[in-house]
Amino acid sequence: MEKQVQAAPAVKDRRPLFFGLAFGILFGFLLHKGGVTKYDVIVNQLLLVDFTVVKVMLSAVVTGMIGIYSMKSMGWIKLSLKSGSFGMNVIGALIFGVGFAVLGYCPGTIAGAIGNGYLDAIVGGLAGILLGTWIFAVMYPRLKDGILKKGDFGDITLPKLLKVNDWVVVVPVAAMIVLLLLWIERSGF
Amino acid sequence: MMTLLTDVGWSPYAVGIGIGVLSWLSFLISGKPLATSTSFAQTGGMIERMIIGKKASQRPYYKKIKLNINWQWMLVLGVVTGSFLSAIISGDFKTGQWVPYVWASAFGDGALLRVIVAIFGGIILGFGARFAGGCTSGHGISGTLQLAVSSWISAIFFFIGGILTAHLIFYVIA
Repeated sequence: MEKQVQAAPAVKDRRPLFFGLAFGILFGFLLHKGGVTKYDVIVNQLLLVDFTVVKVMLSAVVTGMIGIYSMKSMGWIKLSLKSGSFGMNVIGALIFGVGFAVLGYCPGTIAGAIGNGYLDAIVGGLAGILLGTWIFAVMYPRLKDGILKKGDFGDITLPKLLKVNDWVVVVPVAAMIVLLLLWIERSGF
Repeated sequence: MMTLLTDVGWSPYAVGIGIGVLSWLSFLISGKPLATSTSFAQTGGMIERMIIGKKASQRPYYKKIKLNINWQWMLVLGVVTGSFLSAIISGDFKTGQWVPYVWASAFGDGALLRVIVAIFGGIILGFGARFAGGCTSGHGISGTLQLAVSSWISAIFFFIGGILTAHLIFYVIA
């Protein structure tokens, strides 16, 4: 029954697409205002001479985390976790990091860089990323039961892993991030 | 208010807090975290489908992520639009800019070399993002703020790989 409703295009709910677009516009607006749609800002972060990227990310994480876990406690939302493994999240992330430094943008910020008009992002980076994801899709059947499964730990959270109440992790992580940001400011970055 | 919108840059903390609040709304209204890299994989698959036809959709990976325009794909389109709007109203929209300043200071202002390296970097990045199951948004912000183990490990290794490679490029190769 449900399948039939989904199959009929006339009743397909398009509202999620509009919300996606709206959230994206706000996200892109913020990324540009933060300066992170620029190669120079990203590469200077990786060269450890400008900490804008880390400041944006960590303040987003601390704000997001407190709100998300508050709403989770009230039963308003459910978490949406990615499952992982050491193969995926160590090897894959290291490969990603190499690409991050060579390209000087990441998938979200390159979308922003495209909007900002940077031609190396539009002509070079975008084509490269599309090609890279396609190579992964071609290789996926050979990777999925091998390296991607190495050291699989599923979709757990740190509180689940440590078998403690969520807030036992949220509070110290929030405090640690705030201290780290204060330390970065104190060091003059 | 108007001058705020037309400012080229805001405090990175204000921007970060804004993205954090945006993640609350995204969870509350759409039940989804802010993430971008799957949409690039879907686009790659849709391009392959345009070239070789329906056979492309049979790839196991494309069956898994589904080749359609969904919420997240529209989010990425929105990021392009939002950044464009901010750049235009603040007089920061670039035309004819092929080579970033930091790159030019080490490797000169040739557009061809920069574009070739950007393609190469993009290939590694796109492959790595799908290998890790997420990028700087999906793992780095949305996953870490949910305290996902996969995302904390990924975010740490994104930066280890990125910092080492950037130092290699600018202090050894250059």
